[in-house]
Amino acid sequence: MLTIDFLINTISLGSLYAMLALGLVIVYGILKLVNFAYGELLMIAGYALYVLGGLTISIPWFVIAIFAVLIAAVVSYLTEMIAFRPVREKSLTAMLITSFAVSTLLQNAALLIISPRARAVPLPDFFSQSIAIAGTDIPIRNILSIITAVALFGALSLLLKYTVLGIALRAAADDFKLTRLLGVPANLVISAAFIISGFFAGVVAIFWTARTASVTPTIGAAPLLVAFVACVIGGMTNLLGAVVGGYLYGIVYSLLSLWLPQYLLDYREAFMFLIVILILLFRPTGLIRGNTTSERVG
Amino acid sequence: MLELKAIHARYGAIKALRGITLEVKEGEMVALIGVNGAGKSTTLATIAGILRPVEGMITFLGESIAGKPPEAIARRGISLVPEGRAILASLTVEENLRLGAFIRRNHQEYLIDLEENFSLFPILKERFYQLGGTLSGGEQQQLAIARALMSHPKLLMLDEPSLGLAPLIVDQIFDLIKTLHNRGVTILLVEQNVDRTLEVVDRAYLLNTGTIQTSGSASQIRSQVDIEGVYLGDQKRD
Repeated sequence: MLTIDFLINTISLGSLYAMLALGLVIVYGILKLVNFAYGELLMIAGYALYVLGGLTISIPWFVIAIFAVLIAAVVSYLTEMIAFRPVREKSLTAMLITSFAVSTLLQNAALLIISPRARAVPLPDFFSQSIAIAGTDIPIRNILSIITAVALFGALSLLLKYTVLGIALRAAADDFKLTRLLGVPANLVISAAFIISGFFAGVVAIFWTARTASVTPTIGAAPLLVAFVACVIGGMTNLLGAVVGGYLYGIVYSLLSLWLPQYLLDYREAFMFLIVILILLFRPTGLIRGNTTSERVG
Repeated sequence: MLELKAIHARYGAIKALRGITLEVKEGEMVALIGVNGAGKSTTLATIAGILRPVEGMITFLGESIAGKPPEAIARRGISLVPEGRAILASLTVEENLRLGAFIRRNHQEYLIDLEENFSLFPILKERFYQLGGTLSGGEQQQLAIARALMSHPKLLMLDEPSLGLAPLIVDQIFDLIKTLHNRGVTILLVEQNVDRTLEVVDRAYLLNTGTIQTSGSASQIRSQVDIEGVYLGDQKRD
């Protein structure tokens, strides 16, 4: 039955997925690189929450949250500068392998430095509270994730539409070589894309870790897969496609949870991928077609 | 202004340029002509930094630019309008022009340049908020040139600006190139349309299989092409 809480929870899930997908595709659009270290950015933000929350001096939660997001953005930028930039002009394969290496490295760093076991992240009280809307209790966290997603999509749209950097980012996704010929530095747009990507991963991390109130070294694997599948559904060459793909993923996943009989519930992912395969059979380039080229850049 | 000395460049295993030496002086309009695959576009790509020369020197205003990235070369005042109406199709005309002015970063000057471009290309004012991809071929070529002018290039390089355009539009483009030259813009032009090109340029270099076969004033090259019957390949004006 489609109730108001089902609706809001579904849109909330979709919002997280859409933010995840957007962070992945903004780098893909320019570099044609599926950044497999993307999930680890979420992990980093999660551990930032844990570390900052565990300090003896007490910092307000929202300050911790902002720091965690910024740390994810900075780490994303650092991976670009240290790991991806030196191999950028080699080959796409080199970059892909580099992204696996960065992913493994960060995961193992978390294992070594912190612990293989889950660590608690601080949560503000309102994250576990609910408010009554139309007679049903809705978790405030879910409403917050929807508001956050809408606000960030709006902010990103404004950035892309009205700032020179934003125009340059779109131009680079359209034709990277030509954009450089106009004097736009390759490093500037690529760094900007990685920073935005890390920022989105960090924001999602706050909501993602809140589900279990903890963070583990492998927490990034599931969101990476979700982001990747959402992008594939929506279309890899287009930011709007990523957002649509993310919401669609959330909706289908929620509906499967609702409609599948109990004994099939464990196979929810299998059904999910069946649907993805069907979509790709009919729309191999995703639901939303971008007008960008698929030529990779160095 | 621009000097190339014994430039060699290659695409993978294919040698595209084998020792190109040429010069463009300030205020000049110089053409590179020759058959398909002679290395004309490759020469421009190498100057612009898209392709790194394997050997040789490129100096621009006394500074070596060989091997520098394209954005650094653009900042030094060289603007390339690549072959095939190279516009950013998913951006509006306005955004294309704004990016053209990327290296200048002065909004006041941008607005002045915009007005000047509108007087040269009235159609762009009409199409200002349209996506670049929705423009006709001739309009796209005008946009590509207008965008290059927004950066106030010291050297403007045009790669086959008349390619694939209707004869009437080709006339317009050549008139425009003449106008720009008269205004003092230094131009390095690559064209298949040899007859029209030799009418407008000061000097020309004739390229063949990655080398300079001959060079001279437009009239010298003209007579050489006529007398020696130098084959210049496909000259159809499509």
